Amino acid sequence: MLGSGAATLLRTAQASRAFHASSVADKYFNKILVANRGEIACRVIRSARKLGIETVAIYSDADASSLHVQMADEAINVGPAPTSQSYLNIDAILNAIHQTKAEAVHPGYGFLSENATFVEALHKAGVTFIGPGQQAMAAMGDKIQSKVIAAKAGVNIIPGFNGVVKDTEHALQIANDIGYPVMIKASAGGGGKGMRIAYNDQEVRDGFQLASTESLSSFGDSRLLIEKFIEQPRHIEIQILADTKGNVLYLPERECSIQRRNQKVIEEAPSTHLDAATRKAMGEQAVSLAKGVNYASAGTVEFLVDAHRQFYFLEMNTRLQVEHPITEYITGIDLVEEMIRVAAGHPLDLTQADVPLKGWAIESRVYAEDPEKYLPSIGTLRKYQEPHSETALQEVRCDSGIVEGSEISIHYDPMISKLCTYGRDRNEAIANMKRALDTYVIQGVTHNVPLLRDVISHPEFVRGNLSTKFLAEYYPDGFRGHQLTKQTWSELVATAGIVHAYRELRNASLAQWNRQLTASTSYGSNSAALAGQNKAWQMYVKLPAKSLPTGAAATTDVAESVAVHVKLASDRFDFGRENEFEVAIGKAEPVRMAVHWDVESPLITTRYVTSTPETKIPSSPVTLQYLEPLPLGVSLQHYGTRFDLSVLSDAQHRLLSHMKEKAPLDLSKVVLSPMPGRVISITVKEGDVIAEGEVLAVVEAMKMQNALRAPKAGKVKAIHVAENDTVGADDVMIELDDE
Amino acid sequence: MALLSVIRRPISARGLTALTTTPSLVRRAVPAFAMQARLQSAAALKTNPVAQKIEKKRQEAKLGGGEKRIEAQHNKGKLTARERIELLVDAGTFREYDAFVEHQCEDFGMPNTRITGDGVVTGHGKINGRTVYLFSQDFTAFGGSLSKTHASKICKVMDKAMLAGAPVIGLNDSGGARIQEGVDSLAGYADIFQRNVMASGVVPQISLIMGPCAGGAVYSPALTDFTLMVRDTSYLFVTGPEVVKAVTNENVTQEELGGSKAHTAKSGVAHLAFDNDVEALAKLRDFVDFLPLSNREPAPCRFTADPANRCDRALDTIVPTDSTKAYDMKDVVARIVDDNHFFEIMPDYARNMIVGFARLDGKTVGVVGNQPLVSSGVLDINASVKAARFVRFCDAFNIPLLTLVDVPGFLPGTAQEHNGIIRHGAKLLYAYAEATVPKLTVITRKAYGGAYDVMSSKHLRGDVNYAWPTAEIAVMGAKGAVEIIFRKQANIEERVAEYTDKFANPLPAAKRGFLDDIIEPSQTRSRLIEDLTILEGKQLKNPAKKHGNIPL
Repeated sequence: MLGSGAATLLRTAQASRAFHASSVADKYFNKILVANRGEIACRVIRSARKLGIETVAIYSDADASSLHVQMADEAINVGPAPTSQSYLNIDAILNAIHQTKAEAVHPGYGFLSENATFVEALHKAGVTFIGPGQQAMAAMGDKIQSKVIAAKAGVNIIPGFNGVVKDTEHALQIANDIGYPVMIKASAGGGGKGMRIAYNDQEVRDGFQLASTESLSSFGDSRLLIEKFIEQPRHIEIQILADTKGNVLYLPERECSIQRRNQKVIEEAPSTHLDAATRKAMGEQAVSLAKGVNYASAGTVEFLVDAHRQFYFLEMNTRLQVEHPITEYITGIDLVEEMIRVAAGHPLDLTQADVPLKGWAIESRVYAEDPEKYLPSIGTLRKYQEPHSETALQEVRCDSGIVEGSEISIHYDPMISKLCTYGRDRNEAIANMKRALDTYVIQGVTHNVPLLRDVISHPEFVRGNLSTKFLAEYYPDGFRGHQLTKQTWSELVATAGIVHAYRELRNASLAQWNRQLTASTSYGSNSAALAGQNKAWQMYVKLPAKSLPTGAAATTDVAESVAVHVKLASDRFDFGRENEFEVAIGKAEPVRMAVHWDVESPLITTRYVTSTPETKIPSSPVTLQYLEPLPLGVSLQHYGTRFDLSVLSDAQHRLLSHMKEKAPLDLSKVVLSPMPGRVISITVKEGDVIAEGEVLAVVEAMKMQNALRAPKAGKVKAIHVAENDTVGADDVMIELDDE
Repeated sequence: MALLSVIRRPISARGLTALTTTPSLVRRAVPAFAMQARLQSAAALKTNPVAQKIEKKRQEAKLGGGEKRIEAQHNKGKLTARERIELLVDAGTFREYDAFVEHQCEDFGMPNTRITGDGVVTGHGKINGRTVYLFSQDFTAFGGSLSKTHASKICKVMDKAMLAGAPVIGLNDSGGARIQEGVDSLAGYADIFQRNVMASGVVPQISLIMGPCAGGAVYSPALTDFTLMVRDTSYLFVTGPEVVKAVTNENVTQEELGGSKAHTAKSGVAHLAFDNDVEALAKLRDFVDFLPLSNREPAPCRFTADPANRCDRALDTIVPTDSTKAYDMKDVVARIVDDNHFFEIMPDYARNMIVGFARLDGKTVGVVGNQPLVSSGVLDINASVKAARFVRFCDAFNIPLLTLVDVPGFLPGTAQEHNGIIRHGAKLLYAYAEATVPKLTVITRKAYGGAYDVMSSKHLRGDVNYAWPTAEIAVMGAKGAVEIIFRKQANIEERVAEYTDKFANPLPAAKRGFLDDIIEPSQTRSRLIEDLTILEGKQLKNPAKKHGNIPL
């Protein structure tokens, strides 16, 4: 590689790291191609740029103007939107490499990152793959073989390990041999895609069918794996770094126990669960495994850890992980940079003893999906503002590949970003995550910030009591948005009142200014024009009953509709600064709140100046989001969750009762598309008699297949879609009739 | 007509960051002497029989048709005339006229039934501190039917509005003519029509239909600038379902014939519809905030926190690279204007054209744009008429026009030709050519053929004409053009490429000075605001004439 000899000479001590960016001699490659899209492509480009390496982006037709294309030095179109024709199109990518003379390829994660065929093709073309060797990848990529190898390397193996599944009968036999519950997943894929848990024979049948078709569509490989499902496990993984000289070291663990449907939601590093001895034992097993397959790159060995800190090998991911930034936070190591160095043939310049562990980091995976129904959402990011660091700790890191105006499309993973925060300890990292999520503006698509915000504030999460069952255990009926407490309800209602005051003051500027304008013509002196300005507002704030605090959280003051009195605390009001208001909700004592809001902008910063209604002490700032005005109120986001509040004048409050409710659409006899997607199959035809729960159609979106079942027994009246049709959210697909 | 746009504003929208506030008028403590005076007058009331009579009449007027009818009105999901006024104007600002008016009809037993106020409440009030004149028909009194006196009350309000220079808002809820009064009632309508026409272009006139409005009555709203409706409770038709059945044997419901859906989506008679009375009146307040009080005033201005120099990067990629792909012009508008707030007018009618109000640096602008999302934004009869009327409203009331162009041309076909696309398309051309307000145009993508000329082009006295780099200004699309120029030639694709290179970009137009500049989309907002500020000094007058002859 060009300049690599000189680079080795320069890099004798860790201190030389500081010179990476500026040292031309230290260039590992002249140009690399990033065979990915979105945030991970952007993230790789950033590290490459830091190392002075030129970058080539690839893109599909749908991504022509996306951020990774704009960031890279060159960009090559590799085909139409579907991934199988673009980001998974090896020929097109090889062509792009050839065209741009890229010397190496970083695959990111997903797509071709664990595709041994691709690595082989690159090898033949004389292009460096920034990742492990093909053998190591193939060995670890095969979930069955990997366990055999792991056992040989002295790694603890999960009980009930099994083989390739041939058909449904075979699946049932295996499942029964192991004993329920069992987990069914794609052999070829990592993560949670195509993974299902079955507690009985019927679920094995269902799961096997769905998982195998999904596996085929996602990975082009229908092989599946069934294994014992350990209940109450924690998912803890070890990041390893290995070079081509046989040096392997392990980095502090990441805990990824907060999962839903086996997809990681929140990760942190280190884990609250491990002690030094367990950490060392896990790390050493991971290193042993890596050495066993001559691993040379960054990789991750995933374990399940039980309550007694017994750990079992799960799988090894032979690529960069989504959650790698939290390891970077607590170690200060740039993993992408290390991958590039190692791929260029450089030895690791750290020893195991050098690996730092400093502070605590948390990652939230921000997805464009409805956290209550777990359905992906597509659309344009109408407004998008990322949170940022406020201290020298650089405590907020938001890895994204999108900007305001970007499209979250049906073709790709609906991840918006990886939001990471850092703290000197876990509590600080949590506090920073709360602030980051509160100030993260995402409008235009439904997102899972409400869930993320709720989980990180959950007492059990704060205590560090995690398990992969966390969401199922603490949200047994599913997540229903932030449940208001008296405190958060008061904040919300008071803010709605103050928003109203701001808007009234803004509206008043209309008359004042125009009076001044006309003053110069015919209406005489304007000295009184500014008089008569209101500085107190009386209103009613209304929230749907279902949003109100319940049980112990509620008190007598809490009601569906409360009188709110807002008063400017001084005679001056300044749109550009923080203003103080006195706010009285219902019969409660007025409290003094200071608010900064650029009227109509997304972020509203509030704080209690003297005391909060509950704690009676001044509060630290709380940020709420202004989502949109409503015909008779305002939509605010608090604790990540959207609340629609009516803000009514006395007359509106009194007269609204005469208005008739509009009859809602009768949804009992229609099957709606739950999300935008493609119709994979329709299993019934018009006139069919159907049983309750019978599968009527399957819709695929974001690579997930969703079976649509009959809401009740009846007859199929009409079918409005055909296979392969594209459907939008809430499109009427099938109409039903009573039998 | 005096052009007020020449008057320099003393302050910009952002200039005033601090408002001095003083205690509110309504909350101000009543001074002792005033209190004493009130007590005295209260005492006088008790002893003075005339005062008692006055007070009794006043209370009667407040009740309109009586409690039973009020209850019936409420049961229909409708509010009374006074309740509506209470929701429309700032608390405590309504001043009523003619509360004591009663009808003069002597026939058909009418002298025995007089209702104080005669079925309409009139007066003035303030909306966010600015004066409006209004009348609110009272369905509880004679079904809101129009008598001679009822009409006189409305005419008085309109005369005052013209004199003072403030908008007229009509809240319509009337069964129609007061049949007992015969031709007197018809005369009343005509008196109103005449005033509607005289006020047109002098003060904004808005009709909010909140109940039935049938027969001759419909022509007053039709003459006003904006007709708004309430869903499910308001109807507009010249002849009702019974007459329709009798004459044409057609079965149709009131809602189908003249409900809000028919008029906002099909006929184009109504400009907006709202879910109920309360919401309608709240939105009407927002709407009025966009309008100057009369043609003697410049477009209004209010505070905004949205920076004038805000750069919106999303605009740089909003037009798809594939020129056959659609995008939402409303997103473009929202990204350019203050607070991303676009108040769309006629959103359900001729959706291939968007019109509405927005603000730039606090000042109202009228926005017209082709909508690529619907029929590729083609100009057809309905779109032309919709935009033409809006352009003329803005021009009449000193509201600068922002035109966003992405138009593939006029819609071909017999349906369009035989229905007069030539005549109707000419209306839009006429409206733009006639307008003297500041005219700003941004071509985002296609500007083809005659439609290019029509859409506020440089040639129609456009003040500022910009193109984005994605603009294609040509007689037609490259493929069509090449097929005509090089008929029967073999290397068509090559020619298409040549034509595309030559004309499918903004440079040819820019070279000829038909564009003032090709701008980065992200800079559109700041550029437009700069231009608008400069154009506040614009002075342009059309030749003196009685009036032009727009191709109606």
